Amino acid sequence: MKIYVCLKHVPDTAANIRPLAGASFDESVKFIVNPYDEYALEQALKIRESGADAEVVAVTAGREAAVSTLRTALAMGADRAIHVKTDTYFMEALETARLLHEAISRDGSPDLILTGRQSVDAEGMQIPYRLGVLFDLPVAVNVASFSMAEGLVTVEREIEGDLREVIEMSLPCIVGATRGLNHPRCATLPDMMKAKKKEIRVIPQADLGPEPAASVVELLELKTVPDRGRGKMLVGSPDEMARDLVRILRENKTL
Amino acid sequence: MAKIGVLIESKGGEVRKTTLGVMAVIRQVPEAELFALEMAPDVEPCREVLRRHGADRIVAIGAAAELSSFPEEKAAAVAAAVDHFGLDALLGSSGQAGRDLLARVASLKRAPLVLDCLEVDLARGIVRKSHFSGRTIATLQLKTGPWILGIRPNVFAERIEPRPGEIIPYEAPVTFRKRITVRQIRRGDAGGPDVSEAEIIISGGRGVGSAENFRILRDCASLLGAAVGASRAAVDAGYAPHALQVGQTGKTVSPKLYIACGISGSVQHFAGMKTSKVVIGINRDKDAPIFQKCDYGLLGDLFEIVPALTRALGPDGTA
Ligand SMILES: Cc1cc2nc3c(=O)[nH]c(=O)nc-3n(C[C@H](O)[C@H](O)[C@H](O)COP(=O)(O)OP(=O)(O)OC[C@H]3O[C@@H](n4cnc5c(N)ncnc54)[C@H](O)[C@@H]3O)c2cc1C
Ligand SMILES: Nc1ncnc2c1ncn2[C@@H]1O[C@H](COP(=O)(O)O)[C@@H](O)[C@H]1O
Repeated sequence: MKIYVCLKHVPDTAANIRPLAGASFDESVKFIVNPYDEYALEQALKIRESGADAEVVAVTAGREAAVSTLRTALAMGADRAIHVKTDTYFMEALETARLLHEAISRDGSPDLILTGRQSVDAEGMQIPYRLGVLFDLPVAVNVASFSMAEGLVTVEREIEGDLREVIEMSLPCIVGATRGLNHPRCATLPDMMKAKKKEIRVIPQADLGPEPAASVVELLELKTVPDRGRGKMLVGSPDEMARDLVRILRENKTL
Repeated sequence: MAKIGVLIESKGGEVRKTTLGVMAVIRQVPEAELFALEMAPDVEPCREVLRRHGADRIVAIGAAAELSSFPEEKAAAVAAAVDHFGLDALLGSSGQAGRDLLARVASLKRAPLVLDCLEVDLARGIVRKSHFSGRTIATLQLKTGPWILGIRPNVFAERIEPRPGEIIPYEAPVTFRKRITVRQIRRGDAGGPDVSEAEIIISGGRGVGSAENFRILRDCASLLGAAVGASRAAVDAGYAPHALQVGQTGKTVSPKLYIACGISGSVQHFAGMKTSKVVIGINRDKDAPIFQKCDYGLLGDLFEIVPALTRALGPDGTA
């Protein structure tokens, strides 16, 4: 079976993001594989290792630098990779989904597409759903447990109120992974060396047809969220501090 | 006049508070016509509440009972309603359920979708949402409609503004493909109210030290009417189940009060609770980062302070 894993190249979650003019930011920060996408890749590798005759293909749409995310994916164990090379950092979700769909369907016929639950930069929470419509495949996102047997996938999806949905889907399908699904492996240095021999196919964005004319959402501006300042420290014994706090919270109608 | 739909989430005939917050966003625009889209088989029990909170019309989407186990068909029914009533926008709560349905509808319609909105200006089509795990706020301009928007729970307070609340039955044309079936809904392992929509949260971190010690947080939570949350370090150490985790790889919350006990205040933890209205830090390390970004800090041992807080809140509390 052919498994495609979509991975995004994103700034480290601890990085200090400094917005610049318009929709840009200071990109001289550390970049990593989008954390949720590592769960997606790990799941693909597990399926292959469980004896299924599977090929795992890592796919990203991003600028030149995104290749390092594919290298990490290859070092973790993906068989090969596809890099749709774009010019802009932030793309509209519709365009990202279109590029991923084009690149994947020109490469082969997917039996399973794995993604993360969300990207930690744009936090769009929608690419897997949009791929679902483009491929006409069923989708489940926020998946924390996965099993597959006889053309049927069973997943557990976290929903609110501390509930979990147990969902059955026919294969082929699309699954958006979340934390709890598995423990992603770490690539070692020898893995990194070996991965250098694996194929990364580069497809310029322009080769996948013209971008649809109408833009639907435009990112105008990024602004740093100021941290709330240093807190007012309460003083006294634990009981005094606790009583003070309750009084303050009642006075300002928080309680 | 703009026609705007709201996905109504209700439980046992009661409309969820988060939905009422979403309705308030629309009622900021007096001339907007608000269509409350209800998926429940019987909309009568919710009618009065929806009317009072500003529903001009209540659309009872037929066949709702059969749709509940089939997410794809449910989305198709909502998308058909958006077309049928010529809605210019569809809003819902950005909790897990709302997110899923809104994203499915937007994808079917190839429409712009912004989830987890913190600010919405419907007149200008401008929304704000977090980028980079709460480190920055992005301003987005929506263009071609219909706009599909998810609103972060608890960000908007409900607002009373009675409207006619006329009920319109609507039979959505849906073809059942049944490619996805919800087989079962089962309780997670959190036990107790969920953090995602709680108005007050008391969270424990590595400093809590063990699963048993979380009891002191639960004792305090029951007096506060709060949900209990946890940091990733506490979850990884096995003190609390993952369903309780707040932060970048856990849940995003926006309560009116967030009390962090034995939590250092990492960037990733703040990514999940930064938009809380009031943040309290309880920590024994005076240099803990949490004290640099909270409203009130209590320096000391959480094993003394949290029980003191529970006492202060109790019937004998002298506060
Ligand atoms: C990709 C990624 C995603 C992440 N996602 C999340 C996430 O979703 N949520 C999250 O929380 N973290 C997340 N993290 C982890 C995060 O970086 C921190 O490691 C974590 O938040 C630390 O948890 P903590 O504050 O409980 O523990 P620590 O940082 O160890 O802090 C414990 C605190 O308890 C205090 N303390 C100890 N004993 C007492 C006592 N008796 N009384 C009072 N205070 C006491 C100490 O002074 C200390 O400040 C993520 C990290 C990465 C890399
Ligand atoms: N540019 C991209 N390249 C590859 N995969 C992506 C890209 N953007 C998003 N994805 C995938 O879609 C998921 C959800 O992203 P988002 O909708 O942006 O939150 C991510 O976890 C990735 O798996």
